[in-house]
Amino acid sequence: MLKTLRKIASIGLVSETPPEPDELLRVGRALNDRIAAVLGRALCIRHVDAGSCNGCELEIQALGNPYYNLEGCNIRFVASPRHADLLLVTGPVVKNMEAALQRVYAATPAPKLVVALGECACTGGALGECPASLGRVSNLIPVDVAVPGCPPSPARILQGILTAVGG
Amino acid sequence: MPVRRWWERGQRIPGASSARGVGVDAEQWPQVARDVAASGGVLLGLWVSREPGGDAAVYGAYLTDPGVLLAELALPAGGQPPHYRGLEDIFPAASRLQRAAFDLSGVRSSDPDRRPWLDHTDSYAFVRVDGEGVHEIAVGPVHAGTIEPGHFRFSVVGEKVLRLEEHLGYVHKGLEQRFSALPILQGHRLAARVSGDSAVAFSWAYCQALEGMSGCALPMRALWLRAVCLELERLANHLGDLGALGNDAGFAFGLAQFSRLKEDLLRAVSAAFGRRYLFDTVVPGGMAVDVSADAARALAAAVRAVCAETVELRTIYDEHEGVRDRFTGAGRLEPQLAARLGVIGLAGRASAQARDVRVDLPHPPYTELPVAKVVHQDGDVAARVAVRFEEAQESGRLLGRLLSGLPDGERAVTVDAPADGAFGVGLIEGWRGPVLVALQAGPQGSIRRCHPHDPSWQNWPALEYAILGNIVPDFPLINKSFNLSYSGVDL
Repeated sequence: MLKTLRKIASIGLVSETPPEPDELLRVGRALNDRIAAVLGRALCIRHVDAGSCNGCELEIQALGNPYYNLEGCNIRFVASPRHADLLLVTGPVVKNMEAALQRVYAATPAPKLVVALGECACTGGALGECPASLGRVSNLIPVDVAVPGCPPSPARILQGILTAVGG
Repeated sequence: MPVRRWWERGQRIPGASSARGVGVDAEQWPQVARDVAASGGVLLGLWVSREPGGDAAVYGAYLTDPGVLLAELALPAGGQPPHYRGLEDIFPAASRLQRAAFDLSGVRSSDPDRRPWLDHTDSYAFVRVDGEGVHEIAVGPVHAGTIEPGHFRFSVVGEKVLRLEEHLGYVHKGLEQRFSALPILQGHRLAARVSGDSAVAFSWAYCQALEGMSGCALPMRALWLRAVCLELERLANHLGDLGALGNDAGFAFGLAQFSRLKEDLLRAVSAAFGRRYLFDTVVPGGMAVDVSADAARALAAAVRAVCAETVELRTIYDEHEGVRDRFTGAGRLEPQLAARLGVIGLAGRASAQARDVRVDLPHPPYTELPVAKVVHQDGDVAARVAVRFEEAQESGRLLGRLLSGLPDGERAVTVDAPADGAFGVGLIEGWRGPVLVALQAGPQGSIRRCHPHDPSWQNWPALEYAILGNIVPDFPLINKSFNLSYSGVDL
């Protein structure tokens, strides 16, 4: 217990360390204000992997580490699309996930936002369209913002979310 | 006949450090499998190749003491639809591979389980468990967290799991077909995306097969840099898992600390290689990027710092009674069962299955850089955590050696496309286990066929056993302790 407390004390709050000129924190602050203005509460995100290689998922998970302080920006990931304001969709939409993605979209209450995340979600990526894959996310559901990158960095993901909320 | 006899009869296959292929007839096909099993070998992969004309062949790749043994059974087109004897009674992991191979090729095995695996056209016939008070819990394909899609069907009494059945294939995207449409010198990009968390392992395995077929000798610098990337990938994934496992045991402190350390590592990787995740760094002929002496020193310092903190955090995990209570005994996979199921890689090493390609069949630079194999016996979550902790330290040690001793020389050489019909295999110990790529060249620099194989194929069925008798709320923890790939097996 003592070691745990000592560790917490010795690391301190990494997300607020001032000396580093960090573009990410600026994005984080702006994001906080705009979400508060538009939604007046926390933004709830539901992630859907529609056929990803799992690379994008690693960077979405990184958003939760202490550096990005996502929850400090009033953004959190929720377990059900019924609780979500925004769908974050990765991967090309493969045939075996077509029905699931459509059901998740239908279950998300309006008004809803969709961010297509990563090269595959934006363009179909390395796979394109083939018998097993429908390609880009906008081939199936309306997309508000597309964030390219393979995978996009956590900062780019935050920017994408900001753009969607601001639009 | 002992497996050595098949090995002696085999022809050398280029690519992996030690691989041989042997053509077999229908009678010998199961005999090879039996002989491999009797000698303590495991099934690495099974796939079917079918020509447009109708000629087909089924391949069984085995990991044996002398190396990768590939058995090929030709199934010529004739009056009868092609058919082969299934190996599921010898290697249980073969069943899903055979069912997937049928969905992809139309070539059927004798496996009595004929339910489609990758083809989701019809609803899936789960095995029902009857009895008083038994009910089902259906989870997925879309899960509650940021993970890949798949379906789990639990049959439970109260909170106790009587049976778990997995239904995967949701992210099937036609990878093998896509490979066949690519020039062979560009396939490494797709290989890196078979399972993104194993990008280095898959792209190296692909390039190893290709370079072997082309007879291309790599500069030592390129091989050392590849090993740097592979160990960074292992370290980053282990750090991520150690944090998530702490979190699943109710210790949020662990997630905060390890996700911070992983971010520290990724930022150091980005400073050295220009990208946080090492997609497209391993390319045919060598490396796409080089690392300056200064960058190598900075990266080594970052790795040292991360590993030093990991040692400190291990003490905290070990001494935390709540964490120890959740880890110890949960999701136990007994060594005997692990051997019967042919479990490989990290999960295998936590259940006394002492295989590590870097040690058993070393290829450069591991031939010059001995790796300490990490093996535990208990087979529970605690053992899989311990393997991660110790392998993270070992990767840290290797990275220190690699980064301080990078040989001078070119980062890459030119590779020519191999001749039509050339065949090679690549085998690399990724963070999850051995990654296999079987590659056959087509005419004019094309790919006739590429089959990527993720070790998750072998280990997913083991999870169905590890959960038995545990309680439903422990499933996320037990599942995470295996952390298997969906994309890697859905192809």
